Amino acid sequence: MSSSVEGQSAPTALQEAGGWSRRHLLDVDELTPAEMLLVFETADAMREVLSREVPRVPTLRGTTVVNLFYEPSTRTRASFELAAKALGADVVNIAAEQSSVKKGESLLDTVRTIESLGAHVLVMRHWQSGAPYLVARHTRMHVINAGDGWHAHPTQALLDIYTMRCRLGDLRGRKVVIVGDIAHSRVARSDAWGLTALGARVVFCGPPTLLPAGLRPDGRGGEEGALLPPVQVETDLDRAVEDADVVMALRLQRERMQGGLLPSLREYVRQYQVNEERLARARPGALVMHPGPMNEGIEISPAVARSTQAVIEEQVTNGVAVRMAVLYLLGRGRGS
Amino acid sequence: MTSESEFTGASARPIRGNAGGPFSVSSAREHVVMTEADMRRAIRRIAHEIIERNKGVEGVVLVGMRTRGVPLARRLAEAIGEFEGAAVPVGALDIGLYRDDLPSLGTRPALRPSNIPTDIDGKRVVLVDDVLYTGRSIRAALDALMDFGRPGQVQLAVLVDRGHRELPIRADYVGKNIPTSRREEVQVRLVEVDGRDEVVILRPAEEVLDEQ
Repeated sequence: MSSSVEGQSAPTALQEAGGWSRRHLLDVDELTPAEMLLVFETADAMREVLSREVPRVPTLRGTTVVNLFYEPSTRTRASFELAAKALGADVVNIAAEQSSVKKGESLLDTVRTIESLGAHVLVMRHWQSGAPYLVARHTRMHVINAGDGWHAHPTQALLDIYTMRCRLGDLRGRKVVIVGDIAHSRVARSDAWGLTALGARVVFCGPPTLLPAGLRPDGRGGEEGALLPPVQVETDLDRAVEDADVVMALRLQRERMQGGLLPSLREYVRQYQVNEERLARARPGALVMHPGPMNEGIEISPAVARSTQAVIEEQVTNGVAVRMAVLYLLGRGRGS
Repeated sequence: MTSESEFTGASARPIRGNAGGPFSVSSAREHVVMTEADMRRAIRRIAHEIIERNKGVEGVVLVGMRTRGVPLARRLAEAIGEFEGAAVPVGALDIGLYRDDLPSLGTRPALRPSNIPTDIDGKRVVLVDDVLYTGRSIRAALDALMDFGRPGQVQLAVLVDRGHRELPIRADYVGKNIPTSRREEVQVRLVEVDGRDEVVILRPAEEVLDEQ
């Protein structure tokens, strides 16, 4: 078994345009537009599977997927679990709080143990930015980053972009506004990489204290050692949403208030809540998105969250299809 | 297909056989085994056979296997419609998720959604594919099909049967039996996908050289 994992790690000569030879998915910034489109095309087929009465195919039968989560997560973990099961894989969930990590086992020891137990795909979330990169260098398993620190959350970005494409088609020239706590958001970062690569315009909007360092209201991203792709920055949400095709609200983490980054919740709501009045300034029919979990009445008004423009539930459903696509693209070829 | 495009199609491809002399390996490798007219006749004959075997087309559903089985199924449905005046539902089946040899990393694993437009429970499903070879694709297609329902009967129509079965599978309708060696490749080309209609055998270049 391990030999077959090793054997297929060598990229084949059949590297035709649009092929897939990645062993890991660590962030969106490493994907070419063609690779992203392949994920989306594959996700279309997975959506068909999910629409069936019995949404299950035998594709990854005999493959073991381990979800290793060092941070609490409900939807991402459940989404990966459902995706793996729909493809016929076996799934083991490990929450680090209840594991030997408590006994002081190091990350790499934990990973080696999981590999020795016979797992093939490791889906991991870690509070430390870069942790999945370290793991990927030390394992024969396929590593999927399910969120690392403030750095990246590639499957969330792929499902966000997939959802936009399902509704809007080609994203070239589309304006996507991401509102809220950008500085601490791995979702905003990964979304920005993917969206700009596909030709969309990305605007980050939030109070200056919640914008990433190196980005200032007048400035643009794209410098800073390319920690961010070129994005536009705006602190005035009314201005930012003008002509927007997509408005995405990020969850406001209340603990930010204690850090002195926000004057008050009420002030934040007044300036940065995505509400009907602000949405009216966007393009008619603009999509409203949220990566969840939502604080209704804070970053998004209940009316907007339930409006026909909101595709928040679609994001969740598409999340399973996109994760199936990623698991299929990485996990196939094993054991054949 | 207009006669003009037929003409361009014919002139665009290399003249096969003796063209170019002994060093023109690429043009000698490809050998046409069915022309557009052969294919049209075969499809019409199979359409008649489907009608005959099923005593009409009530309860018959054509399911094409992606990629080239789908346009073939449509052509069969068209011919059946012409002969019987009845519309036969046509579906598309992608077997990518059911293969026993998933394409390895580095290749393009094109998956497309299956689309079975009608309830297949109790129906007579005619699976349509371009080439029948080892039978493994058909095995996968049967599994995929069963996930959509419980057909009363499944029949198999192929444009080409090239032999070398690895599973106990046979076709009910065959356009043409073409004996091949395992080293050869059979390519069915369809206007809808490839811009022209023909079936060719590709032989490995070294064998062609040996013969010369």
